[in-house]
Amino acid sequence: MTPLDHQSLNYTPLSYGQLFMKVMNRDLKVAIHNKGDILNPLIFLVIVITLFPLGIGPETNLLTRIAPGIIWVAALLSALLSLERLFKNDFIDGSLEQMLLSPQPLFIMVLAKITAHWLLTGLPILIIAPLLGLMLHMEPLAYPALMITLAIGTPVLSLIGAIGVALTVGLKKGGVLLSLLILPLYIPLLIFATGAIEAASLGMPYGSHLAIISALLIGAITLSPFAVSSALRVSTN
Amino acid sequence: MWKWLHPYAKPERSYQLASTLLPWFAISSVILLTIGVVWGLAFAPSEAYQKEYYRIIYIHVPAATLSMSVYMAMATAVLISMVWQLKLADATAAALAPVGATLTTIALITGAIWGAPSWGTSWVWDARLTSYLILLFLYLGVIALNNAFDDKALASRAAGILTLVGVVNIPIIKYSVEWWNTLHQTATISKFDSPSMSTEMLWPLLINITGFAFMIGTLTLIRFKNEVLARNSMRPWVIELATKEGIK
Repeated sequence: MTPLDHQSLNYTPLSYGQLFMKVMNRDLKVAIHNKGDILNPLIFLVIVITLFPLGIGPETNLLTRIAPGIIWVAALLSALLSLERLFKNDFIDGSLEQMLLSPQPLFIMVLAKITAHWLLTGLPILIIAPLLGLMLHMEPLAYPALMITLAIGTPVLSLIGAIGVALTVGLKKGGVLLSLLILPLYIPLLIFATGAIEAASLGMPYGSHLAIISALLIGAITLSPFAVSSALRVSTN
Repeated sequence: MWKWLHPYAKPERSYQLASTLLPWFAISSVILLTIGVVWGLAFAPSEAYQKEYYRIIYIHVPAATLSMSVYMAMATAVLISMVWQLKLADATAAALAPVGATLTTIALITGAIWGAPSWGTSWVWDARLTSYLILLFLYLGVIALNNAFDDKALASRAAGILTLVGVVNIPIIKYSVEWWNTLHQTATISKFDSPSMSTEMLWPLLINITGFAFMIGTLTLIRFKNEVLARNSMRPWVIELATKEGIK
């Protein structure tokens, strides 16, 4: 009997798909027990959006013009708020360390955790986005563009943000540092997403913007789990 | 082939090498910068449209070009540290970050000063300026991350990952003037066969770029020496050095 004999350790190897689903389901279950973690960033988003018309005056034309920017900036900020919980609790209770020690590929587990995070934070933003657009008198032509950019853009927020969280999870005061590290990396996404919505509201084609956001998404999916994995190894030391 | 390099993996040898190189770098930078700055600011011919104020190019261009080179140098050091696990490469990366951040700031400020008379505005949100601003934020993030951990080795590894992620930005800055319509002009001096600048103006600029490079080398060597000492403060050779030099 070799030490690595799977049977002897009472251990059934998982396929990548099973592993992915297991980790994702676990994260979703944990999140459903702490509903505040999902709801609070969303409420924050709505409040931030409410502040703008109050702060700059309820002039319809002005709001129509700046609506895409406000929605996207608010989405970035609420993503920052929700990112902290991606690894923090697992880090505190030690399950993150167990994941790093397990023989399963870390890439898949990280990707599953990020997917769960997007389902819990990105998807709700997508669902309430039309309502937010309505609050800000957004140009009717721009709604499809808003939805598409959010649909392919919010996963990028989770993927890039995960790198920052993984780097700062071991620190006591990681929150401020996290925003310092991550927000600059969000800038390109913000530029192209609002560019697409602006072009759409003028009735112009915005396919090129979408292509670039999709490229960002594909690049982030393939590369960010590697960066996150090595960052987690640094943070857990 | 690389055997001669091996002794320098020892912090002590590298520290001595840095001490030997330091005066040469310092002298070269002083000489080159004196020639370049005096020639550029006082003797180079004035420009047809911008008259005298174009002369800020002699500070702006070296700082801007080399701030990106410093970032690439930092990323290379990080890569070396990750692949070959050389601790000294970490010290190099940590030494480079603040130097690069300062250069980036200088380039942004001189750019704003130059933009005011020539473009009529100090700042525009075009691709070159925005991506360059992100470079400054990346430098600041790397520095912040370097300071956030108590353990220097851990800090370097964390900052290293951010450095490598940020490398994406460098080609964007470089090609932003070609990919987008920007107010910022395209590359002027890197086309050596047909430079779009007269040679009397070009020479002082090239001298200044070299001078800036030596100045960066000088500053980095000083910071590198400090980093090596800080990271090895418990080693006998550092204690011996400290007692010999006298702790102030």
